[in-house]
Amino acid sequence: MLDIGLGHYLTLGAIIFSIGVAGIFLNRKNIIVILMSIELILLSVNINLVSFSIFLNDITGQIFTLFILTVAAAEAAIGLAIIVVYYRNTSTVDIEEIQSLKG
Amino acid sequence: MIAHSIFFYIFSFVAIFSAIMVTVSKNTVHSVFFLILDFITISCLFIMIGAEFLGMIMLIVYVGAVAVLFLFVVMMLNVAQQKKQWFSSIGSSKHIPLGVLISVIIFFELIVVIGGWKFKPDVASLMSLSPNAEISNTHSIGNILYTDYIHLFQLSGMILLVAMIGAIVLTFRKRSGLKRQSYFSQISREREDSVELMDVNSKQGVDIDA
Repeated sequence: MLDIGLGHYLTLGAIIFSIGVAGIFLNRKNIIVILMSIELILLSVNINLVSFSIFLNDITGQIFTLFILTVAAAEAAIGLAIIVVYYRNTSTVDIEEIQSLKG
Repeated sequence: MIAHSIFFYIFSFVAIFSAIMVTVSKNTVHSVFFLILDFITISCLFIMIGAEFLGMIMLIVYVGAVAVLFLFVVMMLNVAQQKKQWFSSIGSSKHIPLGVLISVIIFFELIVVIGGWKFKPDVASLMSLSPNAEISNTHSIGNILYTDYIHLFQLSGMILLVAMIGAIVLTFRKRSGLKRQSYFSQISREREDSVELMDVNSKQGVDIDA
């Protein structure tokens, strides 16, 4: 319990991943919170990679965390740009109102 | 060791709490603030277990760029106070049990995988970072990132460039009725097009409209 090992960090990553997945399902307000949940999921993946890298003494995990960081930043920028364009066209980002695909 | 445990539990409790608050906050601005708190806490954890470079990069990239971008968009779109209630209609609440069920199933699957997992016996031969190395974390990342992973590194730079161009192209809007500079016609203007030398006779002047 008091000896912190790899399992503790992996469990923390699993909990944050599950909260992110639940956030995508539960959210009924606007799309921006869904993008934030995706950021949480990417963050939990980073926790997994960094803790494996530290406990296995292999630096490659931290390199891949850098690349995930890059992809997360690009994804946030593109996603927010799409949201801004959508808001400009329809004046809403409510999930209830976005139904032109009849999903 | 005991201090390490105490700080791990404090930071992970704060991280889980703020992750839940990102999901359930009524106000979107509060969600962004809790997202910032989550990023800061996780980067503290990274610094604690010895990945100092990534912890600092997380602070710079996530808190300094991504979260501020989120905050900027939330405030620009005026969606912060649109919906006071958490779930906007009764019809949508049928997704709630399903979402909770799926995330709980994912969590227990991950726990099963973590609980039954152990190192491969010959994992020590794969290690590329010796435990008592003299060089720092940043130094060892640089040693590998700029040699073995140089192509992936440049490819990630290309991803950022494409994302930047894409964001600009998506949000660019040409407005009418605006006086703008016309760079090409201004630069390509020649002396012959604009200046003309004329011989003017005395007391006769010149007809400039001709």
